[in-house]
Amino acid sequence: MKIKTIVELLNAEVLAGADKLDTDVHSACGCDLLSDVLAFVKEQAVLLTGMCNPQVVRTAVMMDMRCIVFVRGKVPGQDVIDLAEEHGLVILTSDERMYSACGKLYQNGLAAGSVIDD
Amino acid sequence: MTKEPLRFHFDICGENFTSAGEASVSIKRILRQIGISPDIIRRVSIAMYECEINMVIHANGGTADVDVYTDKIILTLKDEGPGIPDLELAMQEGYSTAPDSIRSLGFGAGMGLPNMKKYTDVMDIKTEVGKGTTVTMTVFL
Repeated sequence: MKIKTIVELLNAEVLAGADKLDTDVHSACGCDLLSDVLAFVKEQAVLLTGMCNPQVVRTAVMMDMRCIVFVRGKVPGQDVIDLAEEHGLVILTSDERMYSACGKLYQNGLAAGSVIDD
Repeated sequence: MTKEPLRFHFDICGENFTSAGEASVSIKRILRQIGISPDIIRRVSIAMYECEINMVIHANGGTADVDVYTDKIILTLKDEGPGIPDLELAMQEGYSTAPDSIRSLGFGAGMGLPNMKKYTDVMDIKTEVGKGTTVTMTVFL
């Protein structure tokens, strides 16, 4: 799935990485607990989260992710957006709640992917 | 004769949580530039990130040294914080003494030390209450 399809499905606004919406992504995870992202994520390229601080971007960078979707209409501060631009990440914000955002992406073919310990 | 390692040193600022992780992001970039494989880079940088976060939460920062040998990478993170009174307990998944302010930022779930152990081949912790903690982690290439 291309990131621009995620934008359409979630009626999302692009906050960073507007030039990278043609990037293909194959799996995603939804998580607010960054410790768990670090513990279990293996190959997920998209992180859906309601957590809204610079550590979200650093965690995504550590896990080689390509795109962060802030759900529940959350908009991170400019420092977070700048950090994402610096690392080539796409940042989206959507009014969808976590459950429905994940559901829409999954239903349209964006898989969960495998996790560590699988 | 063992070839001298490439050495990288970082001072970890403990004053605010916002900048925590900057050293790990830097080392990730450096390891990529010197051609280390992506899988190794990810393991090293996650382990260092977890440790860096811990140092900022609990120990007011410290130092991180990364030595890259031809066959291994050794991470040494040293602080002069309060030390870990019960290391066995601290190693258990889910055990945490992090304050609520940190939990509300997505950390403090008690996964840090277990994660560091999981992502590295050898982990050694020397800690003394009131003196500080030194964590040494090795990842073989």
